[in-house]
Amino acid sequence: MIDKVRSHPTQNEPLLFEISSPGKVGYQLPALDVPPVDPEGTLGARNVRAEIEGFPEVSEVEVIRHFTRLSSWNYAIDLGMYPLGSCTMKYNPRLNEMVARLEGLAWGHPYQPETLSQGALEIIAALEGALREVTGMDAVTLQPAAGAHGELTGILLVRALLESRGNPRRKVLVPDSAHGTNPATAAMAGYTVQPIGSGPDGRVDLAALASLVDEETAALMVTNPNTLGVFENGILQAAEILHAKGALVYMDGANMNALVGIARPGDFGVDVMHLNLHKTFSTPHGGGGPGCGPVCVKQHLEPFLPTPRLRRNAGQWGWDYDRPQSIGRVRAFYGNFGVMVRALAYIMAHGGPGLRNATIDAVLNANYLRKRLEPFFDLPYQAPNMHEVVFSDARQAQRGVRTGDIAKRLIDYGFHPYTVSFPLIVHGAMMIEPTETESKQELDLFADALIAIAREVETDPELVKSAPHSTRTSRVDEVAAARKPVLRWRPAPPRQAAD
Amino acid sequence: MLEVCGAGAAEDLFSHLPPDVRLQRPLDLPPGQSEYSIAAQFREWADRTASGYASFLGAGVYAHFRPVVVDTIVSRGEFLTSYTPYQAEISQGTLTAIFEFQSMICQLTGMDVANASMYDGSTAAPEAAMMAVRATGKSRVLTARAVHPEYREVLHTYARYQGLPVAEFGYDPDTGLADLADLEAKLDGDTAAVLLQSPNFFGGIEEVRAIAELTHARGALLVFLFTEAVSLGLLRPPAEADIVAGELQSFAISPSYGGPFAGVIAAKEKFLRQMPGRLAGETKDAAGRRAFCLTLSTREQHIRREKATSNICTNQALVALMATVFMSLYGKQGLRELATQNLAKAHYLAAKLPLRFQAPFFNEFVAQPRGASPEVISARLLERKIIGGLPLGRFYPELDGCLLLCATEMARREQMDSLAEVFA
Ligand SMILES: Cc1ncc(COP(=O)(O)O)c(C=O)c1O
Repeated sequence: MIDKVRSHPTQNEPLLFEISSPGKVGYQLPALDVPPVDPEGTLGARNVRAEIEGFPEVSEVEVIRHFTRLSSWNYAIDLGMYPLGSCTMKYNPRLNEMVARLEGLAWGHPYQPETLSQGALEIIAALEGALREVTGMDAVTLQPAAGAHGELTGILLVRALLESRGNPRRKVLVPDSAHGTNPATAAMAGYTVQPIGSGPDGRVDLAALASLVDEETAALMVTNPNTLGVFENGILQAAEILHAKGALVYMDGANMNALVGIARPGDFGVDVMHLNLHKTFSTPHGGGGPGCGPVCVKQHLEPFLPTPRLRRNAGQWGWDYDRPQSIGRVRAFYGNFGVMVRALAYIMAHGGPGLRNATIDAVLNANYLRKRLEPFFDLPYQAPNMHEVVFSDARQAQRGVRTGDIAKRLIDYGFHPYTVSFPLIVHGAMMIEPTETESKQELDLFADALIAIAREVETDPELVKSAPHSTRTSRVDEVAAARKPVLRWRPAPPRQAAD
Repeated sequence: MLEVCGAGAAEDLFSHLPPDVRLQRPLDLPPGQSEYSIAAQFREWADRTASGYASFLGAGVYAHFRPVVVDTIVSRGEFLTSYTPYQAEISQGTLTAIFEFQSMICQLTGMDVANASMYDGSTAAPEAAMMAVRATGKSRVLTARAVHPEYREVLHTYARYQGLPVAEFGYDPDTGLADLADLEAKLDGDTAAVLLQSPNFFGGIEEVRAIAELTHARGALLVFLFTEAVSLGLLRPPAEADIVAGELQSFAISPSYGGPFAGVIAAKEKFLRQMPGRLAGETKDAAGRRAFCLTLSTREQHIRREKATSNICTNQALVALMATVFMSLYGKQGLRELATQNLAKAHYLAAKLPLRFQAPFFNEFVAQPRGASPEVISARLLERKIIGGLPLGRFYPELDGCLLLCATEMARREQMDSLAEVFA
């Protein structure tokens, strides 16, 4: 029995282009208070375009209905639990949306005088300070726009430091459990990626590490807790191995929701790391962004941080552009300021004790789900987990049902699926991260749903394999989409006259 | 719950951590506050961030009216609090909107394909240059000096560590437009991409066709950059370019002290496989109905890892949705009217000021005040609650004494008159 949801009608809606009709508009501008100009005469006819072919022509109410109807086809945290592993889909407090829209903050221009930007700069300073305390690192840049952008910044910092010591070195070690952005980042920074295997407990294999690290190793990119949700217990030894050879430890901080208030990367050998404010610090994902990927470093990397750096001078905050050793800019202006505002509001609402409690609840929720689901699903790694737990579909696969099928069936039960097929070291991975947001009631509904699906796999595997059954859109053919890509709307060709 | 987990206390959940990695004290952060005190604190900060000034700053971040409907839509939890639309069956709202976004960007730019967004224009630019490097197998990148200085800085950062030499070609001192002779002299058989921004940083409208011809004659690709998207409502689209990379902040995205904004890359069809970032594509569901999903992900990091076209994962989806709603509201007629108003306002203001360059411009231009320095003028303007333009000496020493000014549809006549008085 599915208790959590029942279906109700959703509106159909064509594409905007298909509801367009000539002459409709959804805007009104104030009357021009200066003399009009003739574009062709002012710019030269060669610089002026013809009308934008195919561009929409719709009214305001049509726009509202269009996007409201579209929105009703989405699942969201506001509707229920969203246990995507590695994504930390926690509740997004609305206060944070409100403060980000306050006029001075929303309309601040990045080039307005610093004397007129003290409020914004204090916000940035306060956030940098809080993140230093949370991570135990010495300096923070908020310029990177997302996690992967932070990774690139961090690895460029490593490169710049090593270069200043005479040799940028050639390779970066990346565990086989790492997120795809890690190897992609190392390559973008001009490094060869050297994969490193995980041990039987899912942790970085220290013996393998020791044998791989040499004078050409620039860094290890390690996620901690790793993508299995398992703390890298050997992190201090790993750091020693790297540091002994002059290499650095880069930590992917995507999983900081397991550590805030409990342990700090700055205390366990990490030289440089990034955070995802759009995970740990609750800024909304917005269907894929925006994010903010602060990079936190130890003192030896500070001179290389991107320009400009925030500094305080004679009682005023301002930007310091005189940074001769800096890697340069990684983004125009100062980063995704609006995201920083939201993250700081989150930190202020929680305070030190509240942040720590959130971590404890996140870890408790994941462990509770582990206990409830362990009898029904294969748990390939037995090590204690923190904020997320990774099962595999090994048992269900015997009946021909894969992790992707179970994920789709969860939709019928009213849940967003877990992360499918990641990390790559778990064949048929089911990666579950409940976050601290969820109550015991919601967790129980989720566990009950997965257990019911496990039973369905035994009794009626086809039901699971053809899921979802309750959505307005049934299973989407992704193979066809890639085979013959249609990436934009085009007007239908004019009908041929019947002959 | 603790009991189910076999833990006596919450602390036990962390007992497997080595003791020497544990933080042995509480975080040194103040206790949590109520929403009312937090709101009051942010109001205080906001009040000390240039509230109540008229501004003539542009330079990559533009003040345009924001239709109310835009925030109405993006505040819907179904858009705001969803993740990347990997599960297509319950993400058709986001996917359909991305497909519409991609379509409108193609219509605006004259390109065949567009991606779902990049972080911003300044990171889209080097990503577009790297696309050209992969597509041509060449390594050198040439950028106009009249490309936004901070975009060029980002380009240098990205290129430096990949061993891609970046050179710059100058601008004509009279027009402020690209110096074609300098470009021709610097283009060589090893050049993968020429980066050109139009309207350029000085507001001038570049001769895109002539530059495309020069660029293509040497086997390089033309990467066209834009920072003022509203200009595309009126200016001829850069159809001769191979790749277009730009910033959509002008489409109802608040200046927000520099971000979040939304970048985008669009290109000719033949460069599709080199495109970084997400793409939404049309397909069918099991019942044969039209549906959308993320596609061609074999270009991306989660499949291709170190061989991916970029490491980008999270992009600027919600901000791109703002731009999509904006484009829908203004539409074919509105974008043109909006652009024409910008043209009229900027030309009204420019007619009252001493201009540095002779070239067609859209809503920005460079003024060279006589008599007083930009600093003195800016200070006098601040007394009138006006933030004047951007002093250019910081980015272009040879333009010390000049100001970059922008007038959009939001500039009011009396403010412009007041500004001109101070200049006179
Ligand atoms: C472990 C891990 N590393 C890196 C990233 C990349 O972060 P972002 O998507 O913000 O670029 C993610 C998230 O997608 C992740 O889960």
